[in-house]
Amino acid sequence: MTPRYPLAATLYPYARVPAQDAAPVRHPVVIVGGGPVGMALALDLGRKGTPVLVLDDHEGVGQGSRAICFAQRTLDIAHRLGPGARMVGKGVVWNVGKVFHGEERVFEFDLQPEPGHRHPAFINLQQPYFERFLVEAIRDAREEGAPIEIRGANAVTGLTRHADHVALDIDTPDGPYAVEADYVVACDGARSPVRGMMGLGFDGRVFEDNFLIADVRMTADFPTERWFWFEPPFEGAGQSALLHKQPDDIWRIDFQLGWDIDRAAELDPARIRRRVDAMLSSRTGTVPDYDLDWTSIYTFQCRRMHAFRHGRVLFAGDSAHQVSPFGARGANSGVQDADNLGWKLDLVLKGQAPDALLDSYSSERVAAADENILASSRATDFLTPKSDASRLFRDAVLTLARDHPFARPLINSGRLSVPRVYDGGALNGPDALDGPAISCVGAPCPDAPLDAGFLLDRLGGGFVILTVDAEAPARVEEEGIVATRLALTTRDHDPTGALRARYLGGAASGVWLIRPDQHVAARWAHYDEAALRRALRIATGREAGP
Amino acid sequence: MTLTLSPNIPDPDGFYDELLAAHEGLTAEESAALNARLILLLANHIGDRDVLRAAFDAARRPSE
Ligand SMILES: Cc1cc2nc3c(=O)[nH]c(=O)nc-3n(C[C@H](O)[C@H](O)[C@H](O)COP(=O)(O)OP(=O)(O)OC[C@H]3O[C@@H](n4cnc5c(N)ncnc54)[C@H](O)[C@@H]3O)c2cc1C
Repeated sequence: MTPRYPLAATLYPYARVPAQDAAPVRHPVVIVGGGPVGMALALDLGRKGTPVLVLDDHEGVGQGSRAICFAQRTLDIAHRLGPGARMVGKGVVWNVGKVFHGEERVFEFDLQPEPGHRHPAFINLQQPYFERFLVEAIRDAREEGAPIEIRGANAVTGLTRHADHVALDIDTPDGPYAVEADYVVACDGARSPVRGMMGLGFDGRVFEDNFLIADVRMTADFPTERWFWFEPPFEGAGQSALLHKQPDDIWRIDFQLGWDIDRAAELDPARIRRRVDAMLSSRTGTVPDYDLDWTSIYTFQCRRMHAFRHGRVLFAGDSAHQVSPFGARGANSGVQDADNLGWKLDLVLKGQAPDALLDSYSSERVAAADENILASSRATDFLTPKSDASRLFRDAVLTLARDHPFARPLINSGRLSVPRVYDGGALNGPDALDGPAISCVGAPCPDAPLDAGFLLDRLGGGFVILTVDAEAPARVEEEGIVATRLALTTRDHDPTGALRARYLGGAASGVWLIRPDQHVAARWAHYDEAALRRALRIATGREAGP
Repeated sequence: MTLTLSPNIPDPDGFYDELLAAHEGLTAEESAALNARLILLLANHIGDRDVLRAAFDAARRPSE
């Protein structure tokens, strides 16, 4: 087997297993693809005690930074799974951004972090680190007994669907073998061989472009700021350009080159250096010393599968949806797929929820993918206007923004990835509290500092009855599903007032049913046992919503 | 709020003069750019999405 890409680090070298010489072994879950999404899902399932096998056709993490911007929600999820602190420790936090249009500086901003969250709005971190920290967390979890197995250099080459299982053909350096799975999750990336094997479409191409990515290493003093150009003034720099800081003295440079390009010519190091020289010297007049660390041309489309569930095969991450890089939604939304799917698969496999619960994975995450595709299409339209009128208004916005703050929010060089609120979702119970919108039914729980630690840590990874200044029993069990109470009061647990502001608003008390992925399933002003039991049934796919 | 479609500008002739004066000496392209800036400034001043949507409709269907 020849690797399709060079590795940054070997993390799960090929090792022959006895199963290769025996009749196919049945696994509850097999994850195809050990990228960020597959590994996050494996970690979640394993920590819940559900045995999971990850098959990856390589032996570690691919080279090249790829995704570099990891958003707060992703960090919150990573914190729950274990590796969050390592990611934040290694990552770069930046606040100052500058926007240019040609030679002109349009404006400068300073993003002051909103207080009362464990995590910043985002960090910059090379994808190989993100993946490595996940794999290390898997190792740690395994030492504590989490049943996670990773098989490197195991390429899935065939898939057969049966009524009660899925059979996978696998190729290894020692030849082929087969495994069986109750459920298969295809986390095998944008080209998804599994999708191809099943003959499924990947539709909705709305945008095509090429990005030249150059990671440069500079030890010279250079500000930790984000610089973004519309119509960069440097020769051959394309429609837009971005300069961004990563850890290890690496700066990410993106040039948006358009669709009709000569890839080989554009990747010529001399040609890349000419562009990079022009960019780095544009504000100071001198070219700092730098090395080209990694270069690549990245082509993308905006599209998604029609449905993310096909019987016993589920699709997550890039295999299910692809977006433009504006707003860093690729990796971030994929991790949210894993977050949404993990607890559902776990409950179904443990016989605690009907198989129909998995349908909600598709409906909730399809809605999220549509939101991401919409956001990235809007950014694309702003960056590369498709009509004369569109260009006229884009340029008018950029001109006005120099003098007038009102025009600055209209500038769209990619909106930061924010998690989807599952409004109208199939698992939603009643929204019976006149509370703030940020913690409405379907929303991911906003964090808040408590008297000790942060709220999200206290929610954990099961069903929780959160009460604020309200009564409820310590534990409610409904057909095998246990919800435990987290009792908080604004008097004792809310030193900054964030809990009140983010959960109660003007209400005097509140009761929330929180899902294992820390999204709100239902909320009320007071505890009502019958209503809570019904909401638990709805949230686990046993009963249709209100 | 609804879109005001009855006369609302004092001294209509004077306003019209000022509007044309703002475009004086501009090429068609510069005028188009000025109009775009003007629309953005006025839209922000109005701020009400329902009113703005009603204005888009009225502008697209001039004969109705
Ligand atoms: C050059 C480049 C630049 C990017 N830049 C950004 C960015 O700036 N911001 C952003 O948010 N996103 C970016 N992305 C996208 C981001 O990297 C992806 O969204 C993210 O990697 C998706 O994770 P995933 O786990 O779904 O898939 P992948 O990371 O693609 O992982 C898929 C895994 O499946 C394995 N696999 C494939 N076929 C098989 C098989 N038959 N059998 C077994 N294993 C298999 C692969 O080897 C791989 O390990 C970029 C992508 C590229 C390629």
